[in-house]
Amino acid sequence: MLIKCSSVLPGAFMLVALITTTMLTSSLVLASGGGVSLDKANIKLEDTESIKRGAKLFVQYCLNCHSASLMRYSRIAADMGMTDEEITEQLITTGAKVGDTMTVTMDRADAKEWFGTAVPDLSVISRARGVDWLYTYLRSFYRDESRPWGVNNVVFKDVGMPHVLWELQGLQEPEKTMVVNDDGIEQEIITGFKLVEQGKLDPQEYDAVILDLVTFLAYLGEPSKLQRQALGKWVLLFLAVFLVIIYLLKKEYWKDVH
Amino acid sequence: MSNKLIDRVFIVRDWVDERFPIIEFWDAHLSKYYAPKNLNFWYYFGSLAVLMLVIQFLSGIFLAMNYKPTAGTAFASVEYIMRDVNWGWLIRYMHSTGASFFFVVIYLHMFRALLYGSYRKPRELLWLFGMVIFAVLMAEAFMGYLLPWGQMSFWGAQVIISLFGAIPYIGDELALWIRGDFVVADATLNRFFAFHVIAFPLLLLGLVLFHMISLHSVGSNNPDGIEIKKHKDENGVPLDGIPFHPYYTLKDTVGAVVFLMIFSAVLFYAPEMGGWFLEKDNFVPADPLKTPEHIAPLWYFTPFYAILRAVPDKFLGVMAMGASIAVLFALPWLDRSPVKSIRQRGWIFKGALATFVVSFVGLAYLGTVAATPTATLFSRIFSVLYFAFFLLMPFYSKFDKTKPVPERVTEK
Repeated sequence: MLIKCSSVLPGAFMLVALITTTMLTSSLVLASGGGVSLDKANIKLEDTESIKRGAKLFVQYCLNCHSASLMRYSRIAADMGMTDEEITEQLITTGAKVGDTMTVTMDRADAKEWFGTAVPDLSVISRARGVDWLYTYLRSFYRDESRPWGVNNVVFKDVGMPHVLWELQGLQEPEKTMVVNDDGIEQEIITGFKLVEQGKLDPQEYDAVILDLVTFLAYLGEPSKLQRQALGKWVLLFLAVFLVIIYLLKKEYWKDVH
Repeated sequence: MSNKLIDRVFIVRDWVDERFPIIEFWDAHLSKYYAPKNLNFWYYFGSLAVLMLVIQFLSGIFLAMNYKPTAGTAFASVEYIMRDVNWGWLIRYMHSTGASFFFVVIYLHMFRALLYGSYRKPRELLWLFGMVIFAVLMAEAFMGYLLPWGQMSFWGAQVIISLFGAIPYIGDELALWIRGDFVVADATLNRFFAFHVIAFPLLLLGLVLFHMISLHSVGSNNPDGIEIKKHKDENGVPLDGIPFHPYYTLKDTVGAVVFLMIFSAVLFYAPEMGGWFLEKDNFVPADPLKTPEHIAPLWYFTPFYAILRAVPDKFLGVMAMGASIAVLFALPWLDRSPVKSIRQRGWIFKGALATFVVSFVGLAYLGTVAATPTATLFSRIFSVLYFAFFLLMPFYSKFDKTKPVPERVTEK
């Protein structure tokens, strides 16, 4: 028995070490959001109504500059249980057909001139940035007259994008505090915001609207996520049943081995 | 009725057997191929590696039907697979999750060889074939990772190919020749696709066949590290052996089902595995003008990448990285112990192996983080320990106090 233990121990140790380092580092990766702590976006992909509201916002506010060129309108229709007419009426503002992808007509060179950079396609942005980042980003624009569009952003410093949703949120100014950093140097950091210009929505309403938008972006990033998780249950159930059967069969055969 | 059906099956079998030696093959490799009866948990990973190879081949074929290997279309075609191709997301996740699981399986399979001395005489060639498979598999994975054409695909390839530039005199020309352009570009993507879907898979198949032929010629080692062929009955059947089929086909199927449950749990519920199997930055299309803040290869390359970064000089770093893989080839000749299995080895070898495992896992972790002074210091310590395990083996394995090897296997 002692012999057996000692032979399995190094292996077991390696497994434990692997798992611990994985867990440790994945939490580290999550914690690093560019040095800013991100607000948690409690999105629910099952909430079709939220996705639909988010889709409308997306079309209204984002789809003029940002494309989602890997996504078809018809896919949204199919997943959200909407008819082609509903999609055309509610989401298509250009002459696009329901089978088309969500493209924009803005020229890359124009974008470069207007915003200083190419405007990213948003099809898989939720997978590149994560929903918490998007949720925090869209709520973290603040007045900064030194920037071309008069705004800056806490999670994306000196971003080229204007605060497109300002008419909903209004304008906020940062509340700053002086802190001493690790190197002993005093610096100013932004600890919160103060609304200085009222928008159409109050802060809670604005957060809810952004949550809808982020829910849509999350859906946009991986439209088949719910289908994937639903199928997973059946696959695991099948394997579990198969495991019982194959294990009993193996046990029956191995009875002969002494 | 059923008897008649069985008779017909036998008729077909015999018809084929007169023209192709299926019964002989079946006997030689399954029903009369004798494996030690004491194979434990660590012996699942060989058959699991075959399972992974099959999964990668099948999912890869279907991906290739829809993937478009040009710089302008590659990224979008992967998302096209994820959205517009029926079950495309399943095929793609199978392949991406499969790549990481393949390496998990291979690393555990190799670790088993370290535990029980499976590389020792008469299995040196078996080990060498395995090592070539490992090297080809790394090339296969590296080239496959360029194909989604995301930021990490692009910059990972850019960094690794530029390493060839560190070779004196011919380096720059060599890197240029590999890329087919001055930076990683359309030409690179095209040739990597060709290698990934044709050249390396063919090579892997051939090598796996050689690995199996040599395995079936020398027979499996076992946790006791003894040769079961030493004790045979009057029919020439090893006393401690049992027919591979049905015993190990069934046992391996149990292992495969458990493995598939873990595999499916990841595939269906965490295909990104927190950024370890699918990196966040790879959801951003490749942009030659925008270097990502932090470039790290996927986890299965990070131990070797950490060794590369641990050396201050680029060329020497490349040499060290190459040596860290090359030294594994020499393993059968570095080990001078009179025994094979860890069960009979003394505390020196056990300590050395444990140190090696800590170093390897430590390097794997360090290869994923930014090269801070502390990280670099630890990378250097672990790199030295990594090489010490191999280079000092001829000495410590010889002087280590060992237990006597049992005559027969000690458990069922």
